[in-house]
Amino acid sequence: MKYLTLAAGLLGASAAIAETPVLTVYTYDSFVSDWGPGPQIEKAFEENCACDLKFVGMGDGAALLARLKLEGARSDADVVLGLDTGLIAAAKDTGLFTETAVSADYALPITWDDAVFAPYDWGYFAFVHNTDMTPPKNFKALGDSDVKIVIQDPRSSTPGLGLMMWVKDAYGDEAEAIWQGLADNVVTVTKGWSEAYGLFLEGEADMVLSYTTSPAYHIIAEEDESKAAAVFDEGHYMQVEVAGRLANRDQPELAEAFLNFMVSDAAQSILPTTNWMYPAVMPSGGLPKGFEALVKPENARLIPAEEVPAIRDAALQEWLGALSQ
Amino acid sequence: MARRVVAVKNGAGIGAAILVAVLVLAALLAVMSRAETGAGLLRSDWAAVRFTVWQAVLSSVISTLLAIPVARALARRRFAGRALLVTLLGAPFILPVIVAVLGLLTVFGRSGWLNQLLGLAGVPEVSIYGLHGVVLAHVFFNLPLATRLILQGWQSIPAERFRLAAQLRLGPRGIFLTLEWPLLRQVVPGVAALIFVICLTSFAVALTLGGGPKATTLELAIYQAFLFDFDLSRAALLSLVQLVLAGGAALAALWIIPAISLGGGQDRTLQRWDARGGLQRAGDGAVITLAALFLLLPLAAVLLRGVAGLPQVPAAVWQAAGLSVFVAVISVLTLCLLALPMAGWIATRQRGGVEAIGLLGLSASPLMIGTGWFILINPVMNPSDLALPVTALVNAMMALPFALRILVPRLRDTLADFGRLSVSLGLQGWPLWRWVILPRLRGQLGFAAGLTGALSVGDLGVIALFADQDRTTLPLQMYRLMGAYRMEAAAGAALILLALALGIFWICDRGGRWHAES
Repeated sequence: MKYLTLAAGLLGASAAIAETPVLTVYTYDSFVSDWGPGPQIEKAFEENCACDLKFVGMGDGAALLARLKLEGARSDADVVLGLDTGLIAAAKDTGLFTETAVSADYALPITWDDAVFAPYDWGYFAFVHNTDMTPPKNFKALGDSDVKIVIQDPRSSTPGLGLMMWVKDAYGDEAEAIWQGLADNVVTVTKGWSEAYGLFLEGEADMVLSYTTSPAYHIIAEEDESKAAAVFDEGHYMQVEVAGRLANRDQPELAEAFLNFMVSDAAQSILPTTNWMYPAVMPSGGLPKGFEALVKPENARLIPAEEVPAIRDAALQEWLGALSQ
Repeated sequence: MARRVVAVKNGAGIGAAILVAVLVLAALLAVMSRAETGAGLLRSDWAAVRFTVWQAVLSSVISTLLAIPVARALARRRFAGRALLVTLLGAPFILPVIVAVLGLLTVFGRSGWLNQLLGLAGVPEVSIYGLHGVVLAHVFFNLPLATRLILQGWQSIPAERFRLAAQLRLGPRGIFLTLEWPLLRQVVPGVAALIFVICLTSFAVALTLGGGPKATTLELAIYQAFLFDFDLSRAALLSLVQLVLAGGAALAALWIIPAISLGGGQDRTLQRWDARGGLQRAGDGAVITLAALFLLLPLAAVLLRGVAGLPQVPAAVWQAAGLSVFVAVISVLTLCLLALPMAGWIATRQRGGVEAIGLLGLSASPLMIGTGWFILINPVMNPSDLALPVTALVNAMMALPFALRILVPRLRDTLADFGRLSVSLGLQGWPLWRWVILPRLRGQLGFAAGLTGALSVGDLGVIALFADQDRTTLPLQMYRLMGAYRMEAAAGAALILLALALGIFWICDRGGRWHAES
């Protein structure tokens, strides 16, 4: 047995010398797709790191966290990229993450002071509509109108969760009444963002819950200016996407280097036109052409990460109650 | 007639059944082992159970009842394009959910074809969203399956019986009572149970077309427990409820199937003297036309959108298509290894109750199976290294109940007709399969293989949990395109998926029916 251990140690050591170090990054599925930021980010980071960057994609942010919890300390992940502010508290509760020294001159509408997670991009949730209609100005006007909307289920989708938190943050105890007002506007609730957006493009609804940056895709990739996001005067709830590194892994320096890379000019200039979100740090070249046409909400809303879990469960009961009648 | 036939050995069949049960139950136990004390089932979970059962009962009863006249009409008619129609009718069943839903909405949606027509006629808009929408979609998915299964039963009535009935001058009513009714009693309960179980695990269809959270199904509650709350104990409890419901329904239905045989024939070409009247002809024609319109119009919508998106399909999609075909082939082989011995075992038993084991794989939540096996495999090796075998096995398991429903009745008849002869000739083991069973089971095996292959191509299944960056299947690639706003390219990918699934189905099904009437 001793010999086996010794042999394994020797083999392991020689293998480590012979091989370039591998940095494993868990992320959500659309990040690693051929049309997401993954391939370009991988290429740019590998140019200077003398390492092999390996993305492992799975579902969405919630699936990512569930996977980490299942794997626990045995996880292969050095870095997890793609949680959002709604999941930070739950992620910290796992005790798997460690602090990072990453800091940058963030272009976020809020101040960022989380010691564990570093933001890499962000966006405002918003209802996207065709430009041939005049959208309502807020949730109350939307509820009073006969505008039809498609939204996502907060139990299975991060945008759906974002919308629920948006209404809760803006209206507090009145949130249930707002949802009751919206009930007859909701054509249907979908499992995820793709289904809802597909339904909207099919003409099933006048507006769909998405991001203020969604029209940028249509403008830049399709030269189609017929989509816009509606500005609501309650302010818009934000989604900040973050990355963090795991404790007790064998590549701490490399992991830290990757987090730093994610807020560098190289990575930040890739994200707007691949992930279709705002960069967390303004790239030196500024935003890509087309982004200037996007609406800019004056008021950013975000519930502090540590308060999310308690508010979330109460808000879900209100949401279910109002829409199940 | 129902005397136990000893020609088929049971060992392999029992082994396959145990394997399936272990695969499902081990996953459930693994999830439970990791569960911390949770809140137990919530009140909203019981509401989900009620809704799930109710929509599944409605969907299965309506699909099955509608399938009877369609199958009868198809069984009685021969016309140009019939074979193509029968193949195409299988398409809704194998489409990825989201593609089928978008197709349905192009026809029945708020700005769909139906509402445009109604608008021209000045009739107010019809909404598809609600319980009726859920049932409509489930009928769209399952009517073709029910039709094929019942049609196949019809074709198991030996041509000689119809010949005899014609000589006795039995009219359509007489034939229905003497030949077709006993057949339906044997086929319909199993078909209804199968569709009930399929609809029991519905999630995205029910939510999207149900119009909101009142259409929360068990599968959504399981999803919520796993991903939103990470409450493994509740997830396991909900999975258990799902298994018990499905198992109970299947046991009840399979138990009431009478153990009768329609007797053997000489596999002559079928001629139907009873169906020659003009009224009969017109009735069958109307039924076939209506069913074809209902099923083919949404498919036409998928086709139209797909053709427009085809030029935008990136090369990566074709690579994914290659992998998907490979997965399908492995899944079909795995299915044959599981289904044939199991069908052999079930067919030798008087009552079909044990077939319920086959339904375990279908009635278990893919998320539960995936998570459970992830928990089991993770301490030993990297789960993504096992992505392919796990996917093939799970695909085969999902298709197993269909395969059994297709294989068992025919096998039962074959053993009833040839069992005693085989025993007296000392024919058993492989030679028995080779010379007696497989030749007579060829059509059924082809159909089952085709269905499995097609389902595997279109299934997202557990591959999402055992994610592997380098190996992406076609459905996953299609979802990624949608997630990247590329809805048109995704529609193109969906068309490729549809063509592949239908192609595989057609090749297997055709191979089985070659030189046979079906």
